[in-house]
Amino acid sequence: MAKSFLKIEQVEKSFTRGAMTNEVLKDISLEVREGEFVSIIGHSGCGKSTLLNIVAGLTQATKGVVFLEGKVVDEPGPDRAVVFQNHSLLPWLTAYENVALAVDKVFAKTKSRAERHEWTMRQIELVNMAHAKDRRPSEISGGMKQRIGIARALAMQPKVLLLDEPFGALDALTRTHLQDQVMQIQAELNNTVMMITHDVDEAVLLSDRIVMMTNGPSARIGEVLEVALARPRKRLELVSDRGYIAARAAVLKFLYERHRFVEAA
Amino acid sequence: MTQSAAAASNVTPLKTAAPSAVVALPQPARRPMFGPRTKTRLIDLASAVIPPVLTIAALLLLWELLCRSPTSALPSPSRVVSDTWELIVNPLYDNGGNDKGLFWQIFASLKRVALGYALAAIGGIALGALVGQSRWAMRGLDPVFQVLRTIPPLAWLPLSLAAFRDGEPSAIFVIFITAIWPIIINTAVGIRNIPQDYKNVAQVLRLNGWEYFHKIMLPAAAPYIFTGLRIGIGLSWLAIVAAEMLIGGVGIGFFIWDAWNSSRISDIILALVYVGAVGFVLDRIVALIAVAVTRGAATT
Repeated sequence: MAKSFLKIEQVEKSFTRGAMTNEVLKDISLEVREGEFVSIIGHSGCGKSTLLNIVAGLTQATKGVVFLEGKVVDEPGPDRAVVFQNHSLLPWLTAYENVALAVDKVFAKTKSRAERHEWTMRQIELVNMAHAKDRRPSEISGGMKQRIGIARALAMQPKVLLLDEPFGALDALTRTHLQDQVMQIQAELNNTVMMITHDVDEAVLLSDRIVMMTNGPSARIGEVLEVALARPRKRLELVSDRGYIAARAAVLKFLYERHRFVEAA
Repeated sequence: MTQSAAAASNVTPLKTAAPSAVVALPQPARRPMFGPRTKTRLIDLASAVIPPVLTIAALLLLWELLCRSPTSALPSPSRVVSDTWELIVNPLYDNGGNDKGLFWQIFASLKRVALGYALAAIGGIALGALVGQSRWAMRGLDPVFQVLRTIPPLAWLPLSLAAFRDGEPSAIFVIFITAIWPIIINTAVGIRNIPQDYKNVAQVLRLNGWEYFHKIMLPAAAPYIFTGLRIGIGLSWLAIVAAEMLIGGVGIGFFIWDAWNSSRISDIILALVYVGAVGFVLDRIVALIAVAVTRGAATT
């Protein structure tokens, strides 16, 4: 069914400071289908994180509306779980407790204590972190923190999973590993995902559609690319895949030829 | 030159101890008895204990030398010990009235501090949370706090005596009003500094007010709160001695004042030593609780 699951309708965002008005996003409209993986790519400063925050409800749009399953989004909620760029784990809680905090809150009424424990453990196992569940964020690596961040988001059983440059702060090898893991989880659970990224390979590898943003200020959606590669996708096989190469080239062309990053900004 | 000579005479017992420790090192036969780990631990312990012990010994010696003459205004340490020997060995006696051992005097002071400080901790964290959380509360209350906190603790005493018409609650109030400001101010700073990330997490999870308070706000601000609590306990102990001098009754403060009125200078000195020791212990207790509660995030 092609009904739109998440619908962003003519969203605009401007920040006003005194007499200065800085328009960040202009006329953004986008529809995301259920189970779809959409990436939003653009140069830094183009307002892509602002767009994600508007969908999350953490930032209010100046104009326009976001609908999720036909309902207006106007506040944050666990149906739109966010994996934050810098993991945002609470440092005084263990990995398990960080996930359990979300589980206990979201399923306080619908699951028993034992069920919640089981559900928490299942999320931690899903990201292969059972061995380190009792460690605190300061005691685990960046990649492990982000895996717990993902487990916490998945634990809320969100309708839409929002990823804000989730692998941006990680080294290349860890990033590759986590991308594969996210791809596998998404295939398993069929989540609807909206991911912010500035990594072309990451976008092509993971997405069904890539939304390319023009440079800010007043960034808008420049182009939308369908990535019609069959799933499951294998990183190594794709390297020489024609569709992959073409998609990659299209995104690169958009970013570096038509909308080059202007340093002066 | 004379200084180093004097120091050398002091250090004599140690100097003989040091070579014997060095001699122990190369002897392989001793190794099984003291493992290398116990040895490093002993060395650590020694390097922590010896310098303060030496300093204290030197200060006592200096004091003894300065106050040795029978005409000196203050007693020498040896006189203090001989004068107050009864008090030192009988901390628990109780002859009724104010005539009680030093344990009971300090205990009475500690009880007042405990009550006043506990109220200050509760009130200070609550008010600090309000001021840290709400911009309007801060704008309204912060100037008031900034003025009130500069009022010396004892200046509150006459006013509280007028209000409570009794020494006991007045002393407790003075402790409360002394300790509360650093707790309020540090709590507010800690809460204002909670990273946006944690607030976002709370928002996505839709934590309600109470859940946010005890699951995010308190732990995130805990290192700051404990800084305030530590300053607060120190100030409380400072204030109680002064307050008790004025209100009278059982308590280490009035004990000191009473000793002065009956010219028992040695008693005063002994009481000061106890006051210092108790203050130090109180500070360490709060510091240790801080480390335990914040799981090492607070520094000792």
